[in-house]
Amino acid sequence: MKLILSEEQQFLKDTAQSFARDKTPTNHFRKLRDDGNAKCWDDSIWQEMVQLGWSGILVPEEFGGSDFGIAGISVIMQELGKTLTPSPLLATSVLGVSTIKLLGSDEQKKNYLPKIVSGEATTALAVDEGNHHSPFDIEATATLEDDKWILNGQKVFIIDGASADFILIVARTSGKKGESNGLSVFIADKNSTGLEVSQISTADCRNYANLVMSNLTLNAEALLGEVDIAGEIIEQVLDLGRIAMASEMLGNTEEAFEITVSYLKERKQFGVLIGSFQALQHRAAKMFCEIELTKSAVLAAMHAADENSNELERLSSLAKFQAGETLHLVSNEAIQMHGGIGVTDEYDIGFYLKRARVAEQIFGTSEYHQARYADISGF
Amino acid sequence: MSDLEVFRQEVSEWLEENCPPSMRTPLVPEEEVWGGRNAQYVNPESKLWLERMGEKGWTAPSLPTEYGGGGLDRDQTKVLHQELYKIKARPALNSFGIWMLAPCIIEFGNEEQKREHLPKIIKGEIRWCQGYSEPGSGSDLASLSTKAEDMGDHYLVNGQKVWTSYADKADWIFALVRTGPQEPKHSGISFLLIDMASEGVSTKPITLISGKSPFCETFFDDVKAPKENLVGVENSGWTIAKKLLQHERNFISNFGLAGGGTGSGADVVSIAKKYLGEDNGKIAHPSHRDNITLHKMKEHAFGLTLQRSGDEGGKASAASSMFKYYGTEHNKDRYELMISSMGNKGLGWSEQGFSDDEQAITKAWLRTKANSIEGGTSEVQLNVISRRVLDLPS
Repeated sequence: MKLILSEEQQFLKDTAQSFARDKTPTNHFRKLRDDGNAKCWDDSIWQEMVQLGWSGILVPEEFGGSDFGIAGISVIMQELGKTLTPSPLLATSVLGVSTIKLLGSDEQKKNYLPKIVSGEATTALAVDEGNHHSPFDIEATATLEDDKWILNGQKVFIIDGASADFILIVARTSGKKGESNGLSVFIADKNSTGLEVSQISTADCRNYANLVMSNLTLNAEALLGEVDIAGEIIEQVLDLGRIAMASEMLGNTEEAFEITVSYLKERKQFGVLIGSFQALQHRAAKMFCEIELTKSAVLAAMHAADENSNELERLSSLAKFQAGETLHLVSNEAIQMHGGIGVTDEYDIGFYLKRARVAEQIFGTSEYHQARYADISGF
Repeated sequence: MSDLEVFRQEVSEWLEENCPPSMRTPLVPEEEVWGGRNAQYVNPESKLWLERMGEKGWTAPSLPTEYGGGGLDRDQTKVLHQELYKIKARPALNSFGIWMLAPCIIEFGNEEQKREHLPKIIKGEIRWCQGYSEPGSGSDLASLSTKAEDMGDHYLVNGQKVWTSYADKADWIFALVRTGPQEPKHSGISFLLIDMASEGVSTKPITLISGKSPFCETFFDDVKAPKENLVGVENSGWTIAKKLLQHERNFISNFGLAGGGTGSGADVVSIAKKYLGEDNGKIAHPSHRDNITLHKMKEHAFGLTLQRSGDEGGKASAASSMFKYYGTEHNKDRYELMISSMGNKGLGWSEQGFSDDEQAITKAWLRTKANSIEGGTSEVQLNVISRRVLDLPS
């Protein structure tokens, strides 16, 4: 495994970089926020991404996608992360596509994947039920009655949940809370009776929702694949999501750092540029080192995913951990080094801080992944 | 069969015939070979192995054959290393001459110097040491004051060097000396080769907080060094010095990886399990386990970064400062975790009450404190990153 990008991956990255610079600079996000856009993404921008083929990067060619792999979509997310560009890429094109691709029957893939590729439908994945990410702590139930699935329970913090056309719901069909066995995934239309979706308002101003299921009744074909055995696949899908997320967080970090270093070179106090102070220089140099480590961890994880390496879980945890730690550090230092202007809403740097903390929570914090890494490694 | 495969077969056959049996067994410290006029060989086969490898030029495989090197290209050198690794061959020669001086003589030396010094370095006949730091010039190396006065056919050298590794065992020293006292500090320095047997040279070993060390102080009192031993142009030694420091930093950055650098080779996880106990196969103490996991994750990401730098073809030029900084700080952290996991067993100084391994870890812990000082302190590396990579103002 060479830790470099292939020509195609580099090309996707360059394309995404131009896209983000030209079409969705940070002002694009600011406008969505100021306009109170509920989806927090722009439909016409999403359709342009669809035209570029980004919605189908993980979709096999037979269903209309390009099958370019996690590395392909991750480098796009990294570039979009630099300008905080919101889009359905994570929830739909990584989580939705992977869940359907890895769990669904041929019929189900044929039914849903082309709609995702064409931009006709978006999805959301509903896993967590508590205050902290914990994918097997699931109490929501699904029981089969007269050929219908009846779902009851609640889900929280669902990315893009407020707007997704289809929601993929992880529910328990057997076993106890905490077990990976006995889980199944159901696909529900957002307008189903018995499904109540409520948007929540978060500091990063993105699209999240909670949902309650009260005798949500679904047809037999709403079950993705087989009953009871989705646990392992959910973990795999989450690992892909963690890697894509780590890559977006790397982009957030790189840009916040870049903005900050530029500021150190233009802001004067005591008659000199503040970047000449060693107290700030050494902190900047340490951030540089952590960013370099993050790049390597993310690169290794995305390649591991695409090569079906048995190191996927460990590397995905390493990437999400390192990306989280570095973004945490850089988002805090960025504010401090900007001084007063850094805590004003008018200046963009605060957006990175708010996005950072939410991103750190998604699919497990650094603490979560540190514990997971220790267990996998046998420490 | 490709040319390279033919070469591989030749190498393999030659090694089979010429590498003595005991040289394929794990190295014991007292049999380490550094060569030189006064070399002592505990095991006669080490001497034989050095002679045979030196004759082939394979102690310095990539140096040109006309100066006694192996004359191998990059791929052939790799093949040689692979074949040596395959038979678990010991290094035939450890040498500051090969690692540091030879590349500088090739780049900056004149023809006579190449002919005079390179063959002896490659055959291990002359052992070299490095005279850089001085008592008053550590991080600010360019302020060095050991002076070399122009006396016509020779320089008269007076001053003191410190942290000279193995000065008491070396035959020659490559030293930075001040030849232009009136010039700005970086432009008055020259790179001079001095025979340690010259009258007026003396050395004194330094004992560290970790105990015995290879470091020495080296004194020059009216030492005469012939003019032909100046490498490059007078007063332009700083360029050579910087180049050489880069080689040194690259070498030290391996300290960040488990098993690399100064240390006992002990693994922090197994040490923790042994001294803290296990709970269902886990390190029994949760907060020790957390600290160690954090350390191992950073190490994993750092190792991937070294790999990436190699895969990218080493084009990140400031990489050596980053690796030196991160690697040495990480190595210090490793030994702090190790002795804290060992509790009172991590504090042994000599054999009463402590095993050899336990004492070794205590000594290694103390030795790591010098890692982030030698070869440029961590603070100097952070300065380099700030200025050269981030382009922050001075």
